[in-house]
Amino acid sequence: MPTVTEKSKKQKTISAKISPSNNDSLKPDAQLKLYYFMKLMREVEDAILRLYQQGKIVGGAYSGNGNEASAVGSAFALEKSDYLFPMHRDMGAHFVKGQSVLNLMLQHLGRDTSLTKGRDGTTHYTDPKLRIYGNISPLGAMIPVAVGVALASKLRNDKTVAMTYIGDGGASVGEVHEGLMMASVMHLPFVLIIENNHYAYSTPIDKQFLVEKLSDRAIGYGIPGVTVDGTDVLEVFHACKTAVDRARRGEGPTIIESVTMRMQGHAAHDNAWYVPKELLAEWKRKDPLVRFEKKLTDDGIITKSKQESMSADINRQIEDALKIAFERPYPPAEQASEGVFAE
Amino acid sequence: MSKIITYIEAISEGLREEMRKDKSVFLLGEDIGTYGGAFKVTKGFIEEFGDKRVIDTVIAESAIIGAATGAAIAGMKPVAEMQFADFVTNGFNQLVNITAKYYYRNFVPVPLVLRLPFGGGIRGGPFHSSCPEAWFFHTPGLKLVAPSTPYDAKGLIKSAIRDPNPVLYFEHKFLYRHIKAEIPEEDFIVPIGKADIKREGSDISIITYSSGVHWSLEAAEVLSKEGVEIEVVDLRSLVPLDTNMILQSVKKTGKVLIVHEDTLTGGIGGEIAAIISEHAFEYLDAPIKRVASLDTPVPYAPTLEDYFLPNTKKVIDAARTLAAY
Repeated sequence: MPTVTEKSKKQKTISAKISPSNNDSLKPDAQLKLYYFMKLMREVEDAILRLYQQGKIVGGAYSGNGNEASAVGSAFALEKSDYLFPMHRDMGAHFVKGQSVLNLMLQHLGRDTSLTKGRDGTTHYTDPKLRIYGNISPLGAMIPVAVGVALASKLRNDKTVAMTYIGDGGASVGEVHEGLMMASVMHLPFVLIIENNHYAYSTPIDKQFLVEKLSDRAIGYGIPGVTVDGTDVLEVFHACKTAVDRARRGEGPTIIESVTMRMQGHAAHDNAWYVPKELLAEWKRKDPLVRFEKKLTDDGIITKSKQESMSADINRQIEDALKIAFERPYPPAEQASEGVFAE
Repeated sequence: MSKIITYIEAISEGLREEMRKDKSVFLLGEDIGTYGGAFKVTKGFIEEFGDKRVIDTVIAESAIIGAATGAAIAGMKPVAEMQFADFVTNGFNQLVNITAKYYYRNFVPVPLVLRLPFGGGIRGGPFHSSCPEAWFFHTPGLKLVAPSTPYDAKGLIKSAIRDPNPVLYFEHKFLYRHIKAEIPEEDFIVPIGKADIKREGSDISIITYSSGVHWSLEAAEVLSKEGVEIEVVDLRSLVPLDTNMILQSVKKTGKVLIVHEDTLTGGIGGEIAAIISEHAFEYLDAPIKRVASLDTPVPYAPTLEDYFLPNTKKVIDAARTLAAY
């Protein structure tokens, strides 16, 4: 039986592995990819918000502005065969896993050829080919499901890992605790990123938890927990990679708290009037995209012209996707009654 | 070749045979491994299949149902057990919001079975006796079965495991060791969605399932001596409902009694009555009657529980009223 001391030693080990010296170990082309996915996320989400303002989105629209490093850095630690259970502020994670801009636009626009054939919207979809399993609206609910996928992986010994996310607010949901209990005691290949973006809809974190760090909750499960700067994509990546490798070796789950800021409202309808301006200004200075751009420029990994060609490529992808998506009709009405059960 | 087994043995046999046949079938639940299950449905399973396929879980129903759902979408065939059907409330969100809606939203099958030991008559009180099927009857995306005999219990657990959809398997705790019957030695299944005439008759149709079948058969025996022939339609599956067989029987007899152990208001009987009045109104010679439990929690003391539950006498009384029309 491991003692508490042993457990806290384990936690120290994982913290040690994400020391800054380790953060430069990613090759320049990999760092460029990280930057590309972060930028893609920012641009696609901004495009979706514009469509929302124009009344063209069927339902709501959510922004992960401020969360790009967290979403991209985490998913970048996964292999193709690993399972990703992203949340609604993790669009970059979808892209890392290979999702197309078109599929996400079709989802938001509720068209007939969307992954859910118009039956659900936004990032609520499953794409089994890419092993992406989107969240549902009651947050925390997908965590036991991700644990079940990790269980299947362990039973089949196929060495895959399930990674999922929850917010500072959703982390209060009982299913999160139940899932972590099962994952930890069964040593399942499971990684949970708690994205602490300071607000659950309108409720600030001081009304949500008393612990200093949300990763401290790991102690209660006897698993490693670590808190990272969620605006630093390399720090997020290295912490996640350590956790994913550990899970793949059969050593069980890890909790990673990624501290970020929700720079926009809960959803597009919400202007977040309740968030202090100074807080937003403070986090604006830590914009994950700007921050990483500066690092890549300083390191000579990215040039102005490379940046421009990347932007052009992203804009073209968005334009092309929207052109195709808007040509698609909504699904035929009578399809609503079909497919409740698999044949 | 045939043999006589109890209802509970039939469930165990069905599970065991499917596990031998298909390596992707595994079990998870509270105390199902080393202990063999609170009711011993899985006694000896961990010895035969090992602790990877017979998993003792933490006491966390959301995690059990959620993990079964996750394993199912990843291609396994989990059979999860709620120690008592009453505890399914702890996993309600998983079942209703994720499991039930998964295929419709994503076109990814969820081949899981959730075993729910339900029903009263065992002096279990308010938290070990209830019949929660109506909640899930109202939830599109879940199949529901509730066998009454060893033959159906075995045949339906096998069908449930082979079905690509989530199937809620309601096994009645009182029937576990009270009901014995002959079943074939050979492999057989009972298709989901097919009702069964447990006794033919021409005067009254009793539409029922699970424990209700046994009260109804006893009542039919009594009324037969009075010259009233009752047809007992055992639904076996609640979703999909075998509407055709219900209507056929009603059109033949013209009188309907619906019997279920679940409480009366909002029970499945109400929906069956609506279907009959919509589609066979002109065949009816009497109002549709229902016998069900009282609209209270399941009480503990024997006097109270016996008063609360349906029984053969209540079915006989209702059938006599109908026969008089």
